[in-house]
Amino acid sequence: MSTQTAHREAPTAATRREGTERRAAPRPPARRKPTGGLTSRVAVNAVLAVVAVYTLMPLTWLLIASTKSYRDLFATNPFSVGDFHLPANLNALLAYNDGVFVRWMLNSLLYTVVASLLSTLISVACGYAFDKYAFRGREKWFGVVLVGVLIPSTVVQLPLYLMASELGLVNTYWAVLIPSLVNPFGVYLARVFSEGYVPGEVLEAARVDGAGEVQTFVKVALPMLAPGFVTIFLFSFTASWNNFYGALMMLNDDRLYPVNLGLFMWNQNVYQQPELYPLVIIGSLVAVVPLIVAFLCLQRFWRSGLTAGAVK
Amino acid sequence: MAAPLARPAKTPAPPAVPPPAGSAGPAGPGKPGGPGTRRGQRRAVALFTVPFFALFAAVTVLPMIYAVWMSLYREESSGLGFGGTERVFAGFGNFTEALGNEAFLRSFGNIALYCALYIPAMVGGALILALLVDSTMARARRFFQIAYFLPHAVPGLIASLIWLYLYTPGLSPVTDALDALGADWNFFGEDEAILSVVNISAWQWTGYNMIIFYAGLQAVPREVLEAATVDGAGALRTAFQVKIPMIRPTVVLTLLFTCVGAIQLFDAPKLVQLRANTMGEDWSPTMFIYTAAFKGHDYGLAAASSLLLALVAGLLSFVVTKLGNRWKAS
Repeated sequence: MSTQTAHREAPTAATRREGTERRAAPRPPARRKPTGGLTSRVAVNAVLAVVAVYTLMPLTWLLIASTKSYRDLFATNPFSVGDFHLPANLNALLAYNDGVFVRWMLNSLLYTVVASLLSTLISVACGYAFDKYAFRGREKWFGVVLVGVLIPSTVVQLPLYLMASELGLVNTYWAVLIPSLVNPFGVYLARVFSEGYVPGEVLEAARVDGAGEVQTFVKVALPMLAPGFVTIFLFSFTASWNNFYGALMMLNDDRLYPVNLGLFMWNQNVYQQPELYPLVIIGSLVAVVPLIVAFLCLQRFWRSGLTAGAVK
Repeated sequence: MAAPLARPAKTPAPPAVPPPAGSAGPAGPGKPGGPGTRRGQRRAVALFTVPFFALFAAVTVLPMIYAVWMSLYREESSGLGFGGTERVFAGFGNFTEALGNEAFLRSFGNIALYCALYIPAMVGGALILALLVDSTMARARRFFQIAYFLPHAVPGLIASLIWLYLYTPGLSPVTDALDALGADWNFFGEDEAILSVVNISAWQWTGYNMIIFYAGLQAVPREVLEAATVDGAGALRTAFQVKIPMIRPTVVLTLLFTCVGAIQLFDAPKLVQLRANTMGEDWSPTMFIYTAAFKGHDYGLAAASSLLLALVAGLLSFVVTKLGNRWKAS
């Protein structure tokens, strides 16, 4: 939260101070004065606006294309709104193949929210133990965690698939859920957060009061670690939300697909079944909108989390 | 669903990751660990760390060991191919085959070229945007930050899907605009396809890294900037000689994560490749592995390639970290 206030105040304070500085400066840099005026302000904001158009254009297109019928999609200007076909497209999406799309959305919810919550709890507990307890070989084990950070998950995906198929786990929810429970970077972050947010004296006090170790962790440390918990949760959430390669390997049964894999499979078939075009487009919109809304609502969390994760 | 879960009892105990030392002590008689006792703390360490390490062993260490084993064997069809296949020890055969495979080597070349195009554009772009938003001249800072970050909320595959359609003539406003300008640009052309992939990655990651750099810039002490202004440094000089050096560690971390991400590239090229026939199904190392395993059914080759890729990824992170440390020290 402290980063948040710093964000808001720092620029204004700086502007004010720099302004007075310039007036009070004994030798004002005369050469710079004319260029520092209106033109460069316009130029800077123009550049920023052009980039904003670039980042927002694809989403705007998606929104408009979702309102079009299959015929209008190819026949009309991409940014003109033709006949308003959004409800019909939505109905078609929800009805197609016995409503498999809804199932994909629910699967995605399971793969992301449930897995991220569990994975965050596991990482936070482990990072906390690394920070607050002295045990034999502690730094050696932490080295193992750091090596884990450097092994990209995609790289172990195929061996993981081969092992899962040996164990008969392929084509089950577990095949996608279990791998996303492991987040070495989360353990690393949790240790850093635990060092920063949980003073040892507080834990001592809790122990003196007769609390057991688990109770101390759950009732005393965990609330203090809340910002770290949110940060690590967001990282695991994004990772599992983006996990396509793993799901592609592990799943054949379309009832188990997460939404991105489902849309990919529809897109594979658009050549043979062009009527899938509008479904892929509206499906993408429906898959993306809840996430964008969530990100906008949770702005202050992701921003402080993101920056805390990067700066520390 | 529960039945297969009961089976791992058959698998060997994780050789590389026994439970953390200290938790292995004999369970002596006596009261359960009371407050602050050594035994209580030992139990807590075990309880808090074992879930992570057990899962880490199951989904990272064991698969790697299994991959090593797989990579040493080759499936050979016996007789005329009617008798099924049998597993034959191949030694390092799969590794030499991978290293001699032109497509596998080319996939690393593709990633190298991709990095050469993508990293300067994305990291440079993110830095410039962060400096611009941080400058006193920027308006509507909050709006720009949100606008730049939004693409990151879109899952990678769906982002690639949207861009795939934006690259498709007839559907796309982008191709229409280019046609109107008289530009003859084919997003799926032999040379252009890689730029189409770079664009998808840049769209997704520039804003994310811009936010991180911007936070770093916000942490630069204002006195330092004032001192630079008093000394007569212009905005550009302040940016390059004061601001950027102060956020170096953040830039290095971004480079590390970008490299680790680049080596795993899959979603974007996989989709662009659907239309860009010249790219091939083995354009990136992960695409090569996927194709070898699921189209070629050559698990030995795929496992060996996975291990080689892991090695490259590890080396790459090591080199970037080392370079970063040296850069920091200088």
